[in-house]
Amino acid sequence: MSDSTHLRDDLDTVAYYPGCALEGSGHAYNRSTKRLARKLGLKLVEIDNWNCCGAMEVKNIDPDIQNYLSVRNMSIAKHKMGLDVVMAPCNGCYHNLKKAEHDVTHREDTRETLKKMAEKTGQPEYKSGDVETIHALDWIKHAIGEKNITGKVKKSLAGLKIANYYGCMYTRPRHIFPEKDQGEGSESTSKPHFMDDLLRAAGAEIVDFPLKTACCGGAHTLSDCDTSTQLVLNILQAAEACGADVIATECPTCHSGLEMHQVRAQETLNIKTQPVMLYFTQLLGLAFGISPRQLGIHENISQSMGLLRQKGLV
Amino acid sequence: MTSFSDIEQTIALARERPQEFSDPADQLMQAGELILENWLTAHDLEPTDEKREGFRLLALHRQGARHETSFHACRETCRELIYQLNLYQVNKDPQQIVMAAMVAMHLLLFIRGKMEIQELGEFCCNSRSATT
Repeated sequence: MSDSTHLRDDLDTVAYYPGCALEGSGHAYNRSTKRLARKLGLKLVEIDNWNCCGAMEVKNIDPDIQNYLSVRNMSIAKHKMGLDVVMAPCNGCYHNLKKAEHDVTHREDTRETLKKMAEKTGQPEYKSGDVETIHALDWIKHAIGEKNITGKVKKSLAGLKIANYYGCMYTRPRHIFPEKDQGEGSESTSKPHFMDDLLRAAGAEIVDFPLKTACCGGAHTLSDCDTSTQLVLNILQAAEACGADVIATECPTCHSGLEMHQVRAQETLNIKTQPVMLYFTQLLGLAFGISPRQLGIHENISQSMGLLRQKGLV
Repeated sequence: MTSFSDIEQTIALARERPQEFSDPADQLMQAGELILENWLTAHDLEPTDEKREGFRLLALHRQGARHETSFHACRETCRELIYQLNLYQVNKDPQQIVMAAMVAMHLLLFIRGKMEIQELGEFCCNSRSATT
């Protein structure tokens, strides 16, 4: 078993698990992540025949099914593709794969159940530590690092005030992320900073944003719209009060939620908020001189082109 | 019990006109405690007067979080509120009161939301299966 409290070093080639959101509402995140990888000389190998991770709902109905859905992807990466790092840019996918890893490592009943499921489906059994699951933020932070980012900047993000919104599933619950909270160089679950570090290295001014992991209503965003709109509105207003022009995101669900409820708050509550939403991969891509179209900025609901022109980034 | 709308007004006032309070930080800490007291009272629990890590807010949160995994989210919110108010005590920067008020408002929206929709927060970061 690998040391679960430290990330592996060689991240130049990783198994890429986009998840279903990146093929739909989060397509711009998919596009910008792939484009960024190409620019940075990193190789993403998409997992063959990947399946849904179980998203937010399956685990509450049947956690074993959710775990199996997640480990099937990890097993393909390891046993079929020979890769031992899986990179998931979506917080939901990342969270579910980490949770499955945690359960496989710590629960005998989970191991037994997953072994039976693997036998039934003919899939190689997944064992604890077969792969390491990382987020896109881990990947850029460790494979490239701040110094190299600064060296590659063609258009500094200077003048852009950014509030970083990490959402909830990137850090909670803490026990499924053993590599976090390990001191210098590791990510913090209470005050995450990897996105701050990367965007600051590209020249951005990072504002002190107190709601960076606050709940946005999550899975209730469609069923109980009003609650989600109020939670998101408070996040948007807090970012505005911090002086942010932009809210940077690293999850397709967070990103869509912020975008949709910003529009909804304006339409139903008549409250307009100014910050625009951009994926951190889009912001880094702009700093590296990649065109907005190649980064899928036109696919965002949030209209950021005016601001980007004003700041000389396009 | 203090109604959520009264607490909301206090938070809004602390944010917009902090000079109307002799100690706006204290008002916001009290607002946080009142929010959690409402949750506990609604669940037939006597709100504790104990402190945890020096703060009653954290003791109240812990009391409410028993058997309630969806309280992970407001644990972070409670700690952030304390952090912002601690910063204010050090530098007396009014912007810290604005930030603390936004955090207190988030706590209110989340708890009030949970009292209206019991499952709020249970399908995302607080997967029950990860902790059972």
